Amino acid sequence: MSAEKTIDRLPAVPKPGRWIMPGLGLIQGLVISGKNAIQSYYKKDRMTTIQYPEQRAVISPNFRNFPFLCYDDDAATGLRCTACSICENECPPQCIYIVLDRDENGKSLKRPKVFDIDISVCMNCGICAEVCPFDSIYMDGEYEMSTDDRFGGLMLGLDRLAKSAEYHMKLRPEEASAVMAKRKAEEEKKAAAAAAKAAKAKADLEAKAKAAAEAKAAEEAQAATEEKGESA
Amino acid sequence: MISDSSMPYSAPTLEPGEDDDQLLRVSLGPQHPSTHGVFRMNVVLDGETVVSLKSVFGYLHRNHEKLAENMTYLSSMPYTDRLDYICPLTNNWALAHAVEKLAGIEVPERAEFIRVITAELTRLINHTAFMGFILGDMGAWGSALMYAFREREKILDLFEDLTGARMMSNFMRYGGCRNDLPAGWADRCSIVVNDYGPFLDELEKFLVGNEILLARTQDVGQLPQKTLINGGITGPMLRAAGVNYDIRKVEPYGIYDRFDFRIPLGAKGDCYDRIMIRFLEMRESLKILRQALDQLPAGDYIHPKAKIRNFKPPVGEAYARIEGPKGELGFHLISDGTVNPFRYRIRPPSFINLTLLEDMCLGLDLADVVIILGSVDIVLGEVDR
Repeated sequence: MSAEKTIDRLPAVPKPGRWIMPGLGLIQGLVISGKNAIQSYYKKDRMTTIQYPEQRAVISPNFRNFPFLCYDDDAATGLRCTACSICENECPPQCIYIVLDRDENGKSLKRPKVFDIDISVCMNCGICAEVCPFDSIYMDGEYEMSTDDRFGGLMLGLDRLAKSAEYHMKLRPEEASAVMAKRKAEEEKKAAAAAAKAAKAKADLEAKAKAAAEAKAAEEAQAATEEKGESA
Repeated sequence: MISDSSMPYSAPTLEPGEDDDQLLRVSLGPQHPSTHGVFRMNVVLDGETVVSLKSVFGYLHRNHEKLAENMTYLSSMPYTDRLDYICPLTNNWALAHAVEKLAGIEVPERAEFIRVITAELTRLINHTAFMGFILGDMGAWGSALMYAFREREKILDLFEDLTGARMMSNFMRYGGCRNDLPAGWADRCSIVVNDYGPFLDELEKFLVGNEILLARTQDVGQLPQKTLINGGITGPMLRAAGVNYDIRKVEPYGIYDRFDFRIPLGAKGDCYDRIMIRFLEMRESLKILRQALDQLPAGDYIHPKAKIRNFKPPVGEAYARIEGPKGELGFHLISDGTVNPFRYRIRPPSFINLTLLEDMCLGLDLADVVIILGSVDIVLGEVDR
């Protein structure tokens, strides 16, 4: 593309002192602001303020604020979180703190004992929700969270973070149903795999039993022949 | 007043022992409504005339570059939103562009279109807000800013629906965008784009005929083209002086070579031209937006093999730049093959455009300094980083 084609020169504007009628521009401006003032009473795209809290703005389902943890059936046992610490490592301002729950032998229970998010540090970026491989952490749309407790009130623990899958479904139906379908498919796959494993185990057992029976039969047959031979 | 050379920045600005007691030293800022954030200008005045102007910044320093060297490539993306917080999506694109150049990642076509659409909407936001701010600098706090913010709000609603946040979008990813356009978004965007032209006509009529604006901006803050080029000035400030330099044309990135648009140029490079050039640029942006929304293809919004977690670009170095609303925004990255960048450097347009502030202001009145600073269009989040 030639350089000349891209050029779009500004039009010349008369310098101060050469105006035909000083003040005309000011009057024109006043007319425009008067028009705007009157239209702000009836024209919809010029009425921008709403009377919060009586009126509420419609918030997009994609709006994200602070994270929450999703659980399936029961808040205590149904948490999807496995305390893998991926979100803790990826969190840009490092506002997530996770402690893995272990039993008395030190074996991992694959669930968090402590899961804290300091929302005075959280920058609402949504990276934790993005990197979570267990469909556990999502961004909430809750925005009325003011508190007079600067420290405890802004430190969300498991009790305040855990929210049900139904809540997620209500918040973002599209995303939640996709996740549910994916989880269901995974569960079915798992169940199918377990069934296949069980069937295989059963088949193995049967084969073993058959082999044992055959071996026994052969042994018996051999014994019989031996007996026969002896008697002969 | 006491002057302590060991504390140059916190020391009082008045210094004793000067021969000429006719000079008046004024510290404009850091908390001053006309300085667009926490920015200080130490101005020496002879009567009303500026004799010297030294800018002091760093009050909003957040150590972004060093922080980014100690976190993953993905984690530094939300911090770029906070550089120039008026236009986060172009900042996102600049970083994504640099990382894609570093790692050689392909971007699907739909993602390129989404990027162009969001970037041009961001340019609209920035220039519209600029109109409000510059009028505020001239003492007209109110109407112009409110009209500008009313229209800006409509675009922010689109951004909220698309990215989840009005300003801190965190939207671009290495190899595409984070999510696809929501259902019906493109149609709503078309409505906003179609309504924007009449609004611009109205705003232009509202401002440009105004004699006070003409008297205060014409022939204020001019610099010769040579000085601007040598100073590394980019963006609308350079083009207002008549230099035909726009990275979208000079070094087309993304898919900008497919669109039909022109680069508006000013004649004199004074503050008036800097305001007008932005009106013309917004009209060109609307042209690009209409074309992009018409041609928006179906397909992937992110490259199917793009890595979100554990992303390690190969060892190497890359500098990529885009034409941000304020000028050339570039990211220089050096990778040592680990998850963290070895070096991460930003070339911010508003910081470099600010370097010629003193040259523009010398010999003018103090009241002109405020307008010149406004016409540079700085955001302190980007100046200080």
